[in-house]
Amino acid sequence: MDFDATLLSRLQFAFTIAFHIIFPSFTIGLASYLTVLEGLWLTTRNEVFKVLYLFWIKIFAISFGMGVVSGVVISYELGTNWSVYSRVASPVIGPLFAFEVLAAFFLEASFLGVMLFGWKKVGPRLHFAATALVAFGTLVSAFWIISANSWMQHPTGFTQLADGTLRAVSWMQVIFSPTFPTRLAHMVLAAYLTTALVVGAASAWRILKDPDEDASRIALKMAVGMFAIAAPLQLLVGDASGKLVLHVQPAKLAAIEAFWETRTEQPFHVVAWPDRAIDGNRWEFSVPALGSWITSGSTATEIKGLKAFPPEDRPPVFIVFWAFRVMVGLGVAMIALGAWGVWLYWRNGGPHHSRPFLWACVAMGPAGFVAVIAGWIVAEVGRQPYVIYGVLRTADAVSPVRASQVSVSLLAFLVIYAVVFSVGALYILRLIAAGPNAETIEAAGPRPPGYALAAAPLEPEDQA
Amino acid sequence: MTLDLPLVWAGILAIAVLMYVLLDGFDLGIGILFPFAGSPADRDVMMDTVAPVWDGNETWLVLGGGGLFAAFPFAYAAVMPALYIPILLMLLALILRGVAFEFRLRARKRGKAFWTAAFTVGSLSATIAQGLVLGGFIQGMTLKDGAFAGGPFDWLTPYTLLVAAGLVAGYALLGSTWLIWRTEDELHGRARLWAWISAGAVAALLAATSLATLFVHANIAARWGFENGAFDLGKLAPLLPIPALGLVGLVVAAIGLLRRAHFPPFLGAGLVFLSGYLGLAVSFFPYIVPYSMTFREAANPDNTLALMLGGGAILLPAILGYSAWVYWIFRGKVGAGAGYH
Repeated sequence: MDFDATLLSRLQFAFTIAFHIIFPSFTIGLASYLTVLEGLWLTTRNEVFKVLYLFWIKIFAISFGMGVVSGVVISYELGTNWSVYSRVASPVIGPLFAFEVLAAFFLEASFLGVMLFGWKKVGPRLHFAATALVAFGTLVSAFWIISANSWMQHPTGFTQLADGTLRAVSWMQVIFSPTFPTRLAHMVLAAYLTTALVVGAASAWRILKDPDEDASRIALKMAVGMFAIAAPLQLLVGDASGKLVLHVQPAKLAAIEAFWETRTEQPFHVVAWPDRAIDGNRWEFSVPALGSWITSGSTATEIKGLKAFPPEDRPPVFIVFWAFRVMVGLGVAMIALGAWGVWLYWRNGGPHHSRPFLWACVAMGPAGFVAVIAGWIVAEVGRQPYVIYGVLRTADAVSPVRASQVSVSLLAFLVIYAVVFSVGALYILRLIAAGPNAETIEAAGPRPPGYALAAAPLEPEDQA
Repeated sequence: MTLDLPLVWAGILAIAVLMYVLLDGFDLGIGILFPFAGSPADRDVMMDTVAPVWDGNETWLVLGGGGLFAAFPFAYAAVMPALYIPILLMLLALILRGVAFEFRLRARKRGKAFWTAAFTVGSLSATIAQGLVLGGFIQGMTLKDGAFAGGPFDWLTPYTLLVAAGLVAGYALLGSTWLIWRTEDELHGRARLWAWISAGAVAALLAATSLATLFVHANIAARWGFENGAFDLGKLAPLLPIPALGLVGLVVAAIGLLRRAHFPPFLGAGLVFLSGYLGLAVSFFPYIVPYSMTFREAANPDNTLALMLGGGAILLPAILGYSAWVYWIFRGKVGAGAGYH
């Protein structure tokens, strides 16, 4: 394979956006979680919720910072590396990105300052409002980004001019393209699950160290509740999303399931080794006829195989097939974890008594991130060879830049992101290891607990 | 009445970029001045003066980039590949600068030293990169059929380096005058010294850059009255208030420094930036990619711009309102004993 500017730009975009998605998928959920914690503290006045809030906000601050700086990159990378895409697509999805910045980015960035540093500067209700606005901002951000992405997956409400550029004819159809509602629900549930898994793992870890830690027990209970509700719901939403793919992106569906022939009663390949070189699976372990039923609800439905598409229109099958199985496998594990946790509450007086369950929670801590990235690979690689499905090919979308430039920038991203990620992860893990009560004990002075919030001056300043 | 939508959006973007330069300018300036602090405690205070607002400040840069994509995609598609290296340098530098805010607080001894250095290196590199972007932009770029058709290092010339040096001095001036306003005691005194030095550097580099800019492109010289070896005072005269504003800014800053005032030096620094910014705006107008593409040629169709303006008309005033409120919440002097550490 030739390392040309297109391939290098794809690698760079894939790397920078995969890095970026880690943080929003955690902070979307964590911002909502912090809102719930602060709301519970304000209404119940139970100090445990305050302790948890002050603990998780520190982790939120680190994660959000990394999300912001890696997100800024994207808003310029579309031009540096995908200038043709920008020119063609902007008339239609430009407003979606603009609204993301105007309605969400500013809201989050501004009220984040109040949330992190305003504990002593504003009253508790106003501080709660700031937390809630940050959480609302993260959801609005997800709304516009998934709207733009859904349009690129299945563009509607536009027309193409002779010069190749696009024009919107119906903004409603652009913003609310048919796959958007299910994909947004899928993403938000994924974010909530990712956060719940991290909260669950951190709390389980603390309970393993100190079985009597109240705050961690409550956090674990909340996390298990989220698994139990969101994980099964995610299965339903994911299935609905998959059934839409069958209609709007049949080539992607064929790649997801490694279907090659077009037929009814498609077998379901539990595992397989699909290979484009032989136009088939080198080996497979399959259940007859189940594939048609899973993807369409009936074994009698004729489902297109990859051979129905010209080779130049087929997405890479191996990576899509396996990424999908990783995602679904982890999703099933999340459902099992939730069911196990609920069962322990029912039978055992609480999952904090079960060391195997606590260890399982710790092990599943990173599962949300892996599942999100795997799902993103299914969506984006499965859309290939198009960047705007059926409209603009990825190879035609790239900037007139040289491979040498892109290789240097890609290398720089790899190095800097590796440093930033490992250091950020280290600091977060250190905080988790120390647990929610660590700084309450230290802070026996005039300083309020929790660094991030301790950051505000003790006395309000009156002089302007 | 029909709105001239491309013109409105050109105005909105121009204001967004100006907001970015003024607001993140003092954040980056603080990073540039970081090594000169008298003590680690002073460095903590310097960072604390901007910690609650830097994120909102940087968002104006996202609006600059995202807005160019959304309103003037042809310019966005031409400029970004032309300035590939300095843009990417800026983004990477801003990553280091941005994560340093949180990481520096979490780090232990060696880590803290590393992130202190990263904050400076990130701020300084981001500023230099922005100077190179600005210089490369003023120089103009080679386009063919609306796409960039030049070399990867076209942006690297003595002129762009001069602009970069000027921007470093300018951000240092914004940063030091911000510190004069927002700190007290020894750090406040040091910031006065920094402000004097950077104000001198700004005066010299601004004069040098302004002159050099006249020689960079005939279009700019002609706009300011110098055409084909002749000089036309009638063209220059209406524009004279712009350089005059810069002089006023320098004088306000200098008098403020002499009188030991707290806020006027920052105001003066802002006026200097406003003057430079307006000077460039009149030099380019109506080009959005200098000398090759006007903002009208680069603009999205009216239905796109109108939809965005509908949203922007509600959201932009809200943004300005709550941003101002956040600044109000965090007003006043920030001191070492104030509880940040």
